[in-house]
Amino acid sequence: MASRQRGATDPAGDREILSAGDVARTVARMAHQIIEKTALDAPSAPDVVLMGIPSRGAPLARRLAAKIAEFSGRQVLEGTLDITLYRDDLRRGPTRPLETTKLPEGGIDDKLVVLVDDVLFSGRTIRAALDALRDHGRPRSVQLAVLVDRGHRELPIRADYVGKNLPTAKTEDVVVLLEEFDGRDGVVLK
Amino acid sequence: MKHLLSTDGLGRDQATAILDTADRLKQALLGREVRKLPTLRGRTVITMFYENSTRTRVSFEIAGKWMSADVINVSSSGSSVGKGESLRDTALTLQAAGADCVIVRHPASGAAHRLAGWLKHTSTSVVNAGDGMHEHPTQALLDAATLRDRLGSLDGRRVAIVGDVLHSRVARSNVHLLTALGAEVTLVAPPTLLPTGVEKWPVSVSHEIDAELAGQDAVMMLRVQAERMTGGFFPSSREYSIAYGLNERRLKLLPEHAVVLHPGPMLRGMEIASVVADSPQAAITEQVRNGVHVRMAVLYHLLAHEEETA
Repeated sequence: MASRQRGATDPAGDREILSAGDVARTVARMAHQIIEKTALDAPSAPDVVLMGIPSRGAPLARRLAAKIAEFSGRQVLEGTLDITLYRDDLRRGPTRPLETTKLPEGGIDDKLVVLVDDVLFSGRTIRAALDALRDHGRPRSVQLAVLVDRGHRELPIRADYVGKNLPTAKTEDVVVLLEEFDGRDGVVLK
Repeated sequence: MKHLLSTDGLGRDQATAILDTADRLKQALLGREVRKLPTLRGRTVITMFYENSTRTRVSFEIAGKWMSADVINVSSSGSSVGKGESLRDTALTLQAAGADCVIVRHPASGAAHRLAGWLKHTSTSVVNAGDGMHEHPTQALLDAATLRDRLGSLDGRRVAIVGDVLHSRVARSNVHLLTALGAEVTLVAPPTLLPTGVEKWPVSVSHEIDAELAGQDAVMMLRVQAERMTGGFFPSSREYSIAYGLNERRLKLLPEHAVVLHPGPMLRGMEIASVVADSPQAAITEQVRNGVHVRMAVLYHLLAHEEETA
């Protein structure tokens, strides 16, 4: 683990883009940006809800919420939003297992919802998430936070908060590793 | 998965996947403004009921509609079945008209299997919603979902199925499914209401309800199916009720955590006393509620993936 270097290519051809330390710093920076853009520390601050998209958006939303509480002293609500039932490609593969959906107490009506995901790619997941949100209530506005934006959008969707812009080839694979699933944090380009 | 015809051979993994999907669907629909998911938009589901039903037909219809499928109901009266059309021709007609899924209830055991055979080279799925005295897989799945809700897991749990096992498709489907999920099943019935060959089933058999209740985590009461009876299976309704009915005294023999299930329709005062059916241990309305989520899950597993024609 100690010898792992950013940018280094291991024998399998995988390149580490962000180390564990980079991921922590990136999440902290995104938390600051969310506080600033939503004016969370102002007295008239809106109710902010972070909705993580499973699987890896969910722990990212929890981490962002913890950082926001640490930096601003304000507790933001968080939840998870599974978008599987709203996907446009369900008939293009085997049955997909459903993930957890959990809305914060009080729902999302009139809240400022920040969708949180690990990688922004085609934009189709976010399109599905917007449809899903609409069925759960009527937020006053919706923003998007992603750890990595790898480009290649297929829909007119952009993120409000981006941890790392990463130009990629379509054939490459961006893998976000998180302690909760993978035993360590990091971003790897395969 | 292309068809759901039986719980026999469904297997622990597939059954658990369906039950997990049902849990997640329940969670996703909780407290939401719009109880409608776009998942099966543009898919056509036809229910074909050759036997009376309230809860099964209605809950399949609700399940399909909540997932945005177009649901069409065909009953034997009011359709060409009344003019003498065969099951096969009716099924092929519905398939040709564009059905993605046919949900069938039929008085003949094996009807759903035959239907699936006739539709083999098409992409149309078949769900068995009860065939004679054979199987009723979605009922068993909703029973298992209800038991998981109340008991956490079915592993090592003891479930007694009491009453008219002979005529019960619910009992057959539950024996396969509950044992696959790790439960120990005891059938409790008079010898006349047990099927031949029951000794080869993976269950224990008893004729004495009072002796069995103390050790059970759940008891499932079956309706005595007078419409399928041609001979004398017991002396009188009153005697049956005294010997096998779940009354207040017997409810007290059950452990406090035990769950009382009934697939419905109930005959209050016959196999189950009114006070028992309305007691907190009874999960009968939860069964109906879970029925919708389980049937949504079944439609999801049958229809929301790439086509299978095998």
